[in-house]
Amino acid sequence: MSEIVLSLKNLETKYGQIYALKGISLDVYKGEIVTLLGSNGAGKSTTLKTISSLVPACGGTVEFYGKNITNAPPHEIVEMGVIHVPEGRRIFKELNVLENLEMGSFTLKDDVERRKRIERVFELFPVLAERSKQAGGLLSGGEQQMLAIGRALMTDPKVLLLDEPSMGLAPIIVQGIMDIIKTINDGGTTILLVEQNAKVALKLADRGYVLETGEIVMEGNADVLSKDDSIVKAYLGH
Amino acid sequence: MSFQEIFIQQVVNGLLLGSFYGLVALGYSMVYGIVKLLNFAHADVYMVGGFCSLTLLTLFKDTFLGNSWTGIVVSMLITMVIVGLLGVVIERIAYKPLREAPRLSLLITALGVSMILYNSVMVVTGGEYRAYKTGLGFQGISIGSVFVTHTQIILTVAAVALMLVLHLFITKTMYGKAMRAISMDLDCCRLMGVNCNKIIALTFFVGTALAASAGTMAGVYYGSLHFFMGFVIGIKAFTAAVIGGIGIIPGAMLGGLLLGLLESFGTQIPFIGSEWKDVFSFSILIIILIFKPTGLLGKKESERM
Repeated sequence: MSEIVLSLKNLETKYGQIYALKGISLDVYKGEIVTLLGSNGAGKSTTLKTISSLVPACGGTVEFYGKNITNAPPHEIVEMGVIHVPEGRRIFKELNVLENLEMGSFTLKDDVERRKRIERVFELFPVLAERSKQAGGLLSGGEQQMLAIGRALMTDPKVLLLDEPSMGLAPIIVQGIMDIIKTINDGGTTILLVEQNAKVALKLADRGYVLETGEIVMEGNADVLSKDDSIVKAYLGH
Repeated sequence: MSFQEIFIQQVVNGLLLGSFYGLVALGYSMVYGIVKLLNFAHADVYMVGGFCSLTLLTLFKDTFLGNSWTGIVVSMLITMVIVGLLGVVIERIAYKPLREAPRLSLLITALGVSMILYNSVMVVTGGEYRAYKTGLGFQGISIGSVFVTHTQIILTVAAVALMLVLHLFITKTMYGKAMRAISMDLDCCRLMGVNCNKIIALTFFVGTALAASAGTMAGVYYGSLHFFMGFVIGIKAFTAAVIGGIGIIPGAMLGGLLLGLLESFGTQIPFIGSEWKDVFSFSILIIILIFKPTGLLGKKESERM
């Protein structure tokens, strides 16, 4: 097995008095796509938010290449190479496409490198190049998702945390997004993918974890999970 | 005076007044945009700026800088830095600990900071008016019977120049773009690796420094300072920020200039005296808000899901 990039050990998070994560442990290896499945409120988004330190962990650890990054300031986590594409895309609606991408490279001081990275994102998403001067809020849902991913790529991440990239998109667009995630992964970026759409997620991922009310109830290779009876019943629908 | 001359005279007066309002309104608007706080202490920072530059100018008077334009410009720049840092300190001590608190608590804190500032200055100055003595003359330009002093022209140009510099900063630099991005979505900025505390501190610095520059200019223009001088301009600048669309930077400039012009034309309405100028200008502003509740440049969210 290759190196462990991201490792959660007994991670606990609570909102007020209520535990959203009740001690979850998972490992993501270098070059993998790992998916985190579960229904609404299972704690999938909270897991990502805890990794990127948007919400504080109250127990357990997050390790990145063996280094403890639990509750480090969010901008330091980004600088290390862990970047979180939040649920709902969260485009800066009144900034144009180019400015949105520039914000993604905020930690970068080198303008030449910044331009290079913008070119790379435009190669991956030609439609963003066409609309570079348009306000982010005026893009279609699919384009906004591309922009959100492109903006994250501007940091040149080692690990990409994707929260529901398929949300609210037409099936054909979803497939396009999934293909791009695959392309990014082939380029060497490790991916932790949170999805409600278990079918597409399992098709794409190497391994998966299933979360239920803050606990991991199942884990395994994606092809095994996609044949598992309880998963088929609960998340695949037929 | 002919109608045209009155018109030109009022445009000149209005632009100068409006650029003061604009400079102060910018601070309200920037801070509101980024932390959703109506910073009541902002008006007092303007007043502190006036006193700070007066102190410096008095020190410079007998040096090579003198108390003419060189001395005024140098003392204004130093004042902007000192008072800008005061703004950062205020944010750090009074507002930052309440970042997650309900906005109302923050509002009360801002009122408290305002009282601390003007009461401190009141104690120091004994509540007296202080003359803002400069070495500037009363030379100017006459166009017909319209008379504009050099001071008026220079102050207006300086105020507009500061606004333009700010505009460039906000639209062209990474820090400026980050300010706008934070005002749209703070959490998302944290995910982009933006050190939001730093950017918020910078916003306070810039907003407060602009208010301090306006305080200096007001001192030079009116020739006196008082510990309560921030009160009225605070209300007016806040109004200007709302009229332009609060949180929107060009809106604050536009709102300031508009309010200044309305006020100076308000002094010229036949049959009612010039003391009704505020009634006139605020009536028009109310009408604007009825038709454009988000302010002149405020727009509905362009949103697609």
